[in-house]
Amino acid sequence: MNRIIKNIFTFYYSGFKSMTWGRVLWVIIIIKLFVLFFILKLFFFKPYLQDKTPEEKQEAVGNELIYRSE
Amino acid sequence: MIETIEASLIDWSRAQFAMTAMYHWLFVPLTLGLAMVIGIMESLYVYTGKEFWKTTVKFWMKLFGINFAIGVATGLILEFEFGTNWSNYSWFVGDIFGAPLAIEGIFAFFMEATFIAIMFFGWNKVSKRWHLASTWLTGFGATFSAWWILVANAWMQYPVGMKFNPETVRNEMDSFLEVALSPVAVTKFMHTVLSSWIVGALFVVGISCWYLLKKRNVDFAKASIRVAAIFGLVASLITAVSGDSSGVQIAKSQPMKLAAAEGLYEGGTGVPFTIVGDLKVPKVLSFLATHDFNGYVPGINNILRGDYTTPKGEKALSAKEKIEKGKIAIAALDTFRIANKAGDKAVAEKYEKVLENNVKYFGYGFIKNEADLVPPIDIVFWSFRVMVYLGAYFILFFIVVLWYLYKDTFTKRKWLQIIGLWSIPLGYIASQAGWVVAEVGRQPWAIQDLLPVGASVSRLQTSSVQITFYIFLIIFAILLIAEIGILVKAIKKGPEH
Repeated sequence: MNRIIKNIFTFYYSGFKSMTWGRVLWVIIIIKLFVLFFILKLFFFKPYLQDKTPEEKQEAVGNELIYRSE
Repeated sequence: MIETIEASLIDWSRAQFAMTAMYHWLFVPLTLGLAMVIGIMESLYVYTGKEFWKTTVKFWMKLFGINFAIGVATGLILEFEFGTNWSNYSWFVGDIFGAPLAIEGIFAFFMEATFIAIMFFGWNKVSKRWHLASTWLTGFGATFSAWWILVANAWMQYPVGMKFNPETVRNEMDSFLEVALSPVAVTKFMHTVLSSWIVGALFVVGISCWYLLKKRNVDFAKASIRVAAIFGLVASLITAVSGDSSGVQIAKSQPMKLAAAEGLYEGGTGVPFTIVGDLKVPKVLSFLATHDFNGYVPGINNILRGDYTTPKGEKALSAKEKIEKGKIAIAALDTFRIANKAGDKAVAEKYEKVLENNVKYFGYGFIKNEADLVPPIDIVFWSFRVMVYLGAYFILFFIVVLWYLYKDTFTKRKWLQIIGLWSIPLGYIASQAGWVVAEVGRQPWAIQDLLPVGASVSRLQTSSVQITFYIFLIIFAILLIAEIGILVKAIKKGPEH
């Protein structure tokens, strides 16, 4: 089991180590994920109903739907 | 007192979602298409044992990797938008939308993370056959991910396999199979994935044409064009067939979309298809919609008036009748909730029944004006034509390319190489136009007949949606410039590097 884990680790480690143009792509991916999760998600995209319990959510959405039909 | 929702909030929320989805869709078709071309080329390598194919595969794999890296996770922004901008929708759809997306997330992560690593890191570390299997499995994993996304989208176009729970104000899935294998999901999957293969084929042919124009890597370019053009022609022909199935399906489930795509106000039998302006092909729209040259196709006014018989043989309801039923459904939901809170079981049960009988038209209760049921005709009409005409052009293009390859004079046809290079963006335009037909054509619905966009949107400040719209625009522009820059650099270096 330990050998399998070690082989998998070595496979990925040597793969990442031998990357050339792939390094630039990984930098882009990491910057992108940081912007997505630590800037956009945290400051701009809070789920609208996130602070509510399921009962409060159904109440809020129910009220909204009925109001908007009037 | 709840303030009225501004039309500008709905428009900005839609614009933001459309921009994000269209941006995401710049990367997905190339991933799906290029993965298949690479799979075929690597199969040739394993079959022939020629190092030439290995070099060829490695080059296209590099471009695949660049596209994949820039595109990965851009779809997550859509999920952020569901929770923030479309909270009523997200709650209303319940687990129906969440289940396919969760399956997609798991598959995308496990299949792609495992096999893409072997695909890129595994040369000389695993056997040829194992590497080949990993390449194909990366492609199949991406395709399987697309299946679940398209299942979720198909459910919005044709909601089946669920029951509305008035207590939780959510839809609950009662048949996973009905959701996963709905006829709309199947035709949508076929048409979308196969048309993505065309994008991949055009990309390979186009880049290879650039090498021929520059008179370098000629053998590599010719071999790549040969594989991609055969693959592209097969994909184009099957896409046309799947488009035909899609047309019949839309005629049944979303007749307004079909009428808008033709700009057809008054329907009838033996309806012609408009090529452009007054140039029409007799009876072709009827055939596309019903597979009968004399089949009946309702127009926009027929659908609003309800003066026709549906393909199921039922008399269609007018817009007025549907709106009436929708209002009954919403009023019944209101009374049910009040009675339920008060513990009045008898009244709650009575109104639950009323709701159940009219829930099919729930969304019509939000419609203030019958004209709001008509999607923007010009956009749908022209997007449909762009998609269909380009689809026909791709068939012709691949045939011409294969003809000159067969004659062994392709390298002398500079005009065709220039056309090949400039056909790359046409693949994207056709693919995006298809989505415009599908999504603009179903307006005003977020979920067909059940929830219009105006009832789906969250009560946010319009300005906050505008700010995030521009933030995305900047981020997307930077990423796109980065991708094109890295791709161009890799292409200029060529397969030998």
